[in-house]
Formats: sequence, C-alpha cells, structure tokens
Amino acid sequence: MNPIRLIGRAGIGLTRMTGRVAIFAAKGLARVGAHPSELARQMLHIGWLSLPVVGLTALFTGAALALQIHSGGERFQASDVVPAIVAIGMARELGPVLGGLMVAARVASAIAAELGTMRVTEQIDALETLSTDPVGWLVSPRLWAAILCLPVLVGVGDIIGIMGGWLIGVNALGFNSTTYISNSWAYLEGWDVVSGLVKGAFFGMVVALSGCWFGMRAGNGAAGVGRATTNAVVAASVGILAVNFILTGLFF
Amino acid sequence: MIEIRGLTKSFGAKRVLDGVDLRLAEGESLVVIGGSGTGKSVLLRCILGLEPPDAGEILWRGKPLAQRRTEFMDEFGMLFQNAALFDSLPIWRNVAFRLLRVMPTARARAVALEKLARVGLGPEVADLYPAELSGGMRKRAGLARAIAADPSVIFFDEPTTGLDPIRAAAINTLIRGIVDETGASAITITHDMTSVRAIGDRVALLDQGRVRWQGGVGEIDHAQDEYLQDFVAGRARPIGSQSQD
Repeated sequence: MNPIRLIGRAGIGLTRMTGRVAIFAAKGLARVGAHPSELARQMLHIGWLSLPVVGLTALFTGAALALQIHSGGERFQASDVVPAIVAIGMARELGPVLGGLMVAARVASAIAAELGTMRVTEQIDALETLSTDPVGWLVSPRLWAAILCLPVLVGVGDIIGIMGGWLIGVNALGFNSTTYISNSWAYLEGWDVVSGLVKGAFFGMVVALSGCWFGMRAGNGAAGVGRATTNAVVAASVGILAVNFILTGLFF
Repeated sequence: MIEIRGLTKSFGAKRVLDGVDLRLAEGESLVVIGGSGTGKSVLLRCILGLEPPDAGEILWRGKPLAQRRTEFMDEFGMLFQNAALFDSLPIWRNVAFRLLRVMPTARARAVALEKLARVGLGPEVADLYPAELSGGMRKRAGLARAIAADPSVIFFDEPTTGLDPIRAAAINTLIRGIVDETGASAITITHDMTSVRAIGDRVALLDQGRVRWQGGVGEIDHAQDEYLQDFVAGRARPIGSQSQD
C-alpha cells in the first residue's frame, strides 16, 4: 500500500481514538456528584489506601536524593545545597511523578481489572437494565476521586520525601537539624509546591482515565481482562511521563 | 406489547440476525430456543439497546422502543445467565439497587427482603456478598433483583444454565409462578427443553438468524419442522446444517 496512505490512515485512527477518549473523559467528568457515596468509596480506595505506597516511595526517594546530591555536590564543594535541592526536587518533580507512577501501578490496574471483570460478567449490562448510566456510576466517581486525591497524596509525599532527606542529612551526612530544615524552606517557593500539586491532579486524571477506558472496553474473558489491566498500567505510566513533560514545559 | 420487524444485525461478515420478525403479547411468556450462535442473545441485546441493530424496527406498545428506552427500562427486569450481581454490593443492595433511588433505605431493604423471600432466600443471605453464595442462590438473588420493582417486562437469559436438574426445576417453577402472579410479559432464552415446557406459553425457534418456527408450547411435539424435532429430541445433526458458534 502507498506509504502516504498508510501514514494518513494511522493519523486518522489516532485522531479518532483521541476524540473517543476525550468524549469518554468529558462524559465522566460531567457526571460529577451523581453518586456521592460511590465517590467517597473511591476516595478511600484511591487516596487513603495509596498512602502507604506513596509515603514509602517518597521516603526512600528523598533519602537517596540526599545521598546523591551530597556525593555529587562534593565534587565542586557544593554539598551544602542538599536540603534545598531535595526540597525543590521532591516538590517540583519527584513527588508528583513517582507518586503518580506508584498510584498508576496500584490504581489503574485495579480499576481496569474491576471494570473489565464487570464487563465480561455482564454486570455493566445489568447496570443499564437497572436504568443506571455505567459512566455515571463507575467512571465519574473514579475520575473525580483520583483528581481530588492525587494532589493530597503528592503533598504528603513531598513532606515525607523531604523528611527522608532530612533523616539522611542529619544522621549520615553531618548536617545540623535546624540548619537543614531552615535551608529546605529558605529556597522553596510557593509555586514549586503548587505546580507539583497541579501536576498531581493531571496525573490522577491520567491514571483513572486509563483504568476506566481499558476496563470498560475489556472483552474475551479472563485474557481480555488481563490485557486491559496491562494496557491500563502502560498507558497510565507513559501518559504521566508525557503529561509531566508538557506541564513542566508550560510551568517553568 | 413488543413487536420486532425485520431485525438485522451483522458482526463483520457474519450476519447473526437476518430479518427477525417476532411479537410478544401482553402477559405472554415467549421462549426463544435455538442452537449456539443462532443469535438469541444478540436478539435480546438489540431489544435492550445494548447492540445497535443494522436494520429493522422494535416497537414497544406500538411506538419505536428506541425513542422510549428510559420509560421501557423503568418497567423492565432481567435475569442474566450468570446472574450478573454486583460483586461490591451485599445481596440486599443488589436486589434493592433500583429501589434505593426512589425510596428510603429502610423501606428498600424491607422490599428486598420480601423479594428474596419470594425466591426462597432467607434474611440471612441479605448481608452476604455474591461471592459467598452458590450458583443456584446467585440465580435466585438475580431473579429477586429482576422482579424488585414489579416490572411489566422480564427477560430471562439461560435461566437454568449451570444448575443441577433439581435446582433448574426450582428456578423454572419460580419463573413461571412469578410470570403468572405479576402478569408480566416475559422472553426467555434457553436450550433447555424442560425450561421451555415449564416456562413458555409460546416458542420461537431461531436458526441462521431467522425465526424458523413458532407456535404454542403444546405444538412443539407435533411440529413438522425437522430441525425442531431434532432440537426437541436432542438428536445430533451434521455440522453445517445449522448455525454454529
């Protein structure tokens, strides 16, 4: 086949798919407040139950970051910058991105598996026969729960990550505790933190949208649910990194 | 009550429904039989709007159903093949799912318990989750959910599949009893000839996407159609002489 035609066909396919995903997301977002009890349940699952994994990830990342910056900074007698770089690095980049990736692994997979199983066992068809819109009942609460919870998780992750750096700085790198804390705050600007939280909200959208999109379209029994789960995690992870690049370009 | 005219549906090159004409009268129990892959489930999905038909018309009370789907769904109940209970909700909330939108929780729970009792399940199962019930109990709970809002139209998709003969007979008796009591119109899809005789007033045989034969339940044993005779008797036919999966 003519290569130009192939490229054109791929382009049309991609545009069509983007449009479908955008309409799906818009429908999900538009049903806000349709089922408050489901939203609360999803906030518990997506937000509260993700705290341990996000917290541990942030703690170890902050600690490792402190070690790396101290080691690298020593090469040009700049190891004093450890507190500031850990704080800025966690708030702007590592807190939201690593937190988002951990939530993608935990939540996108769970959403895709749950909705995929509901699809192949006719539970989603059953919802329709009970005069209930599956998007309002299943998709909207998950989208909004992730959008609302991710910034909170990122904020908590930032604090724990900075604490991880402080623990290593004070106990292994010889920093004075008070100096470390004051240096962390001294160079950290409000926008560093807020931009990370905004990124978190976008990442939440990416995670829940991936899980819902692939879950709602699962087919072919257990194999189909497995494929939906894998696709959801891959799409959410790549999506987070791509959105992070775009937002970083826009913000800074 | 429901009239289907010239319903056609294809998946790729495969034409699953090829001009189906069928009527369901008020208060009638119609059983649709046919081999695997003859389009029985697709027929139900098209009526429910879960699959868009390629051509044809579905009328409900004389008007196109597509224009009155919300109204239709409010008067509709369905028992799915594997019950399709919501895993994340306890049994009583499954049964009361529709009711919880229109009445207080305590009243909805009371109605759910009443419907569970109607299908032979005691209050002890109300707070269990679907995964904690046996296949037969899940079917009963699914039946309770289907009748919870006193629908005027009920669909039963393979109601006895996967059940032993005694439990299957119990489900058949329940379905017939409910249809008689409520006066609801019902369409049942099944391969099970015991169900056909227990549940149906009228039978339609689907083959190769068309209604090959239809008539009263009492007529099936005397029908001249060879395929129907083989279907009723459970006789093997050469592969290719009917629609296959």
